[in-house]
Amino acid sequence: MKVARKSLDSYLERFNRLDDASSDSPAWLSRLRREAMLRFADTGFPTIADEDWRYTNVAPLAATAFETAPATPPDGHCRTESLAAGGSAAAHCVFLNGRYCAELSRLEEMDRQVRIGSLAAILRESPEEVEDHLARYVEAERHPFVALNTAFIEDGAVVRVPDGVRIPDPIHLVFLSTGNGGPAFVTHPRNLILAGAGSECSVVEHYVGVGEKPYFSNPVTEVAVGENARLDHYRLQEESPAAHHVSTLEIRQESNSVARTMSADLGGRLTRNDLNVVLGGEGADAALDGIFVVSGEQLVDNHTRIEHAAPHCGSREIYKGILGGRSRGVFRGRIVVHPGAQKTDSVQTNNNLLLSDRALVNTKPQLEIYADEVKCTHGATIGQLDREAIFYMRSRGIDEDMARSILTYGFAEDVIRRVRLAGLRDRLSSLLFDRLPQGSFLRKALT
Amino acid sequence: MLEISDLHVRSGDTKILNGVDLTVRKGEIHSIMGPNGSGKSTLAQVLAGREDYQVTRGTIAYKGEDLLECSPEERAQAGVFLAFQYPVEIPGVSNTYFLRAALNSIRVSRSQEEVDALDFLNLVREKTRLLKMDESLLTRPVNEGFSGGEKKRNEVFQMAVLEPDLCIMDETDSGLDIDALKVVAHGVNAMRSTERAIIVVTHYQRLLNYVVPDFVHVLARGRIVRSGGKELALELEERGYAGLVQDRPQAVAGA
Ligand SMILES: Nc1ncnc2c1ncn2[C@@H]1O[C@H](COP(=O)(O)OP(=O)(O)OP(=O)(O)O)[C@@H](O)[C@H]1O
Ligand SMILES: [Mg+2]
Repeated sequence: MKVARKSLDSYLERFNRLDDASSDSPAWLSRLRREAMLRFADTGFPTIADEDWRYTNVAPLAATAFETAPATPPDGHCRTESLAAGGSAAAHCVFLNGRYCAELSRLEEMDRQVRIGSLAAILRESPEEVEDHLARYVEAERHPFVALNTAFIEDGAVVRVPDGVRIPDPIHLVFLSTGNGGPAFVTHPRNLILAGAGSECSVVEHYVGVGEKPYFSNPVTEVAVGENARLDHYRLQEESPAAHHVSTLEIRQESNSVARTMSADLGGRLTRNDLNVVLGGEGADAALDGIFVVSGEQLVDNHTRIEHAAPHCGSREIYKGILGGRSRGVFRGRIVVHPGAQKTDSVQTNNNLLLSDRALVNTKPQLEIYADEVKCTHGATIGQLDREAIFYMRSRGIDEDMARSILTYGFAEDVIRRVRLAGLRDRLSSLLFDRLPQGSFLRKALT
Repeated sequence: MLEISDLHVRSGDTKILNGVDLTVRKGEIHSIMGPNGSGKSTLAQVLAGREDYQVTRGTIAYKGEDLLECSPEERAQAGVFLAFQYPVEIPGVSNTYFLRAALNSIRVSRSQEEVDALDFLNLVREKTRLLKMDESLLTRPVNEGFSGGEKKRNEVFQMAVLEPDLCIMDETDSGLDIDALKVVAHGVNAMRSTERAIIVVTHYQRLLNYVVPDFVHVLARGRIVRSGGKELALELEERGYAGLVQDRPQAVAGA
C-alpha cells in the first residue's frame, strides 16, 4: 500500500508540474484536468477487490513511479516500426512516446474541412474546436485510468470528418514507445474521432513498442459517430514484452450509424482494454471483433460494454483468445438494454483456445435487459485444439506441430478475414504466423 | 505392400482386434466387410497411425518397413492414405490451402520441390473434373458444413490429389447417392494401377459392382473369419453374416 502511495505522489507531483507549465491553457481544460486528478487521487489505482479488476492485478503497475516519457528524436528503427501496418493511407500520424512527431507523419491532400492532426497543436491554436467534445463521451468516474489520462491530457490524435465526407483510405495513428534505455515512463495519449453525419472513414490505432524496458501506455479514445455515418476502427496492440497497456475506447453512435471495431492484442505484459459502445439513436449498428494471441506470462483483459439505449439497434460481438504458456485471458462482455430499447438484436460470442494446460481464461457475459421485445444471445467457450482434427491432418502428411498451427490459424481466421484493410490484415496474419510453430511454411501454404 | 500378421488391438480395456492376418500386394484391391462393431474402422485407423489404440501383439509391415514405428504423418508421407468413415471438419482452413499444405508436406519429406501455385491449381482442376466436385467446396473450410455425401467425395478428391500408394477407404460409399457412387467409383478406378493397392471397407455389394475387388474378407469380432474372391460379397449380400459370426468359437471373445 505504501508503495502505491509513493507512485500516486509521483503522479501528483508530475501533475502539478504540468499544471504550472500549462498556465496558458484555456480555463475549461485546466478545470477538466484538475477535476480528473482529484478524482484519481481520491480513488487511486483499482485493486483486485474491485469487481471489474478481479482477475487483473495492477499492483505492479501501481507500485511503479513511471516518469514522464522522454522526448526522443526519431531514429531509423522508429521509421520502420511506425510503418509496420502499412498500405495506402489518407494520413499517417505518428506519436513518439506520446508526442506528435511531424517528421514521421504525413498527410495526403484531402477535403479542406477534414481535420487530422495533433491534439496538442489544436489545444495551443484553437482549443474551441475540441471544447465541446473532449471528455464529453467517456465517463471518467467509471474508470480510474480514464481519470488519470484526463488529468494528463496533452497530446493525441484528433480526427474530424465533416458531414457527408467519405475518406476511402484509412487514417493511421501510430503510437510508438521507445525507452532508449531510460527510466520506466508513462504516456497518456488522448484521441478524439468525430465522424460527421453521413461520413465514412476508417481509423487504425497502432501501438508499437521498441526495446525490452517496461513502460506504461494509457490511451483513451473518444469516438462520436453521427447519423448515418460509417466508421471502422481498428486497434492493433504490439507493445513490447514488458509494457503495460491500459486502453479505453468509448464510442457514441447516433441513429442509423454503423461502427465496426477490431481489437487485436499481441504484445504487452499486462493489457487491459475497456471498450464501451453506446447505441444512442434508433437503427444504429455495432460490430465488435476482438482477438488476442498471448504466451509466456502475458495477460489480456477485455472488458466490453454495449449499451442499447435506443430501439431497433443491432450489435454483434465476437472476441477470441489464443493462449499459450502461463498466459491469462479475461473477458467481460456486458450488454445493457435500456428501457424502451425495443427490437434490440444482440449477439455476443467469446471463444478461447488454450494451447497450454497452464494458460487460464475467465469469461463471463453479463446481460442487463430492461426492455421486453429483445433478442439477445451469447455464448462462451474455452477449449483446446481438436484432437480429431489434428489426427486427420497428420493422416494427410502434415506433421503435428504444423497441424496444431493450422488449426490455431483456422480458429482466428474469421476475425482476420473481417479486417477490411489489406495492409493491416497482412500484418495481423503475419503476427499470428510469427507466433506459431512452422509459421513461415504456414504463411506460404495458407496465403 | 502390406503385411499384417496376428494383429491384436485394444482401446483401454476393450479388445477390438484379436489376431488379424492380411496380406495386400501391389495392384490388388481388397474389400473388407463385416458386421457393425467388428473392428473394420479400428483396423483402418490403426493403419493410419491413430494413437488412441494400443497394439498389444502382432506386426504390420508396409513396403518392408515396420509401420507401427511410424507417426501418422510419416505413414502418409510414405504413401498411406485413409479416407475416413467420418471426415473431420477444420474450421477456418480452406480445402485447397489444406490440401496444398498436405501435398507440399509430403513432397518436402521426399526431398521433392514444393508445387507452385499454378501447377497445384491445374492439378486440382483436373481432379475436380474427375470427381465432378462442386468447385465451391474447394474454397470452403475443410468439410465444414459439407453434406454427408460431399464429405465422402472430398475424401476421394484428396486421395486423387495426393496419389498415395496404399488407399484405405472406410465406408466411402455410405452416404453417397446413386450417381455420386458411380462418379466416386470411377475416380477410384482411375487410380487403379499396378503400383497401387486399395483396401475398401464397405457394407454393400453395390460399390463392388463398380470397384471390383480381387479379394473379399469378412472381419467379425476382431478377426478375419473368411476370405474369398468377389463372389463372396454376393454371397454375403444374400445370406448376411449370421452363419459366419456363429461359427466363431465363443472362447476367443472372452479370452
Ligand atoms: N476408442 C475406443 N474406445 C472404446 N471402444 C472402442 C473405441 N473404438 C472402437 N471401439 C469399439 O470397438 C468396436 C469396433 O469398432 P469399429 O469402429 O472398428 O467397428 P466397425 O467395424 O468399423 O463398425 P461399423 O461397421 O459400424 O463402422 C466397437 O464395439 C467399438 O465400440
Ligand atoms: Mg466403421
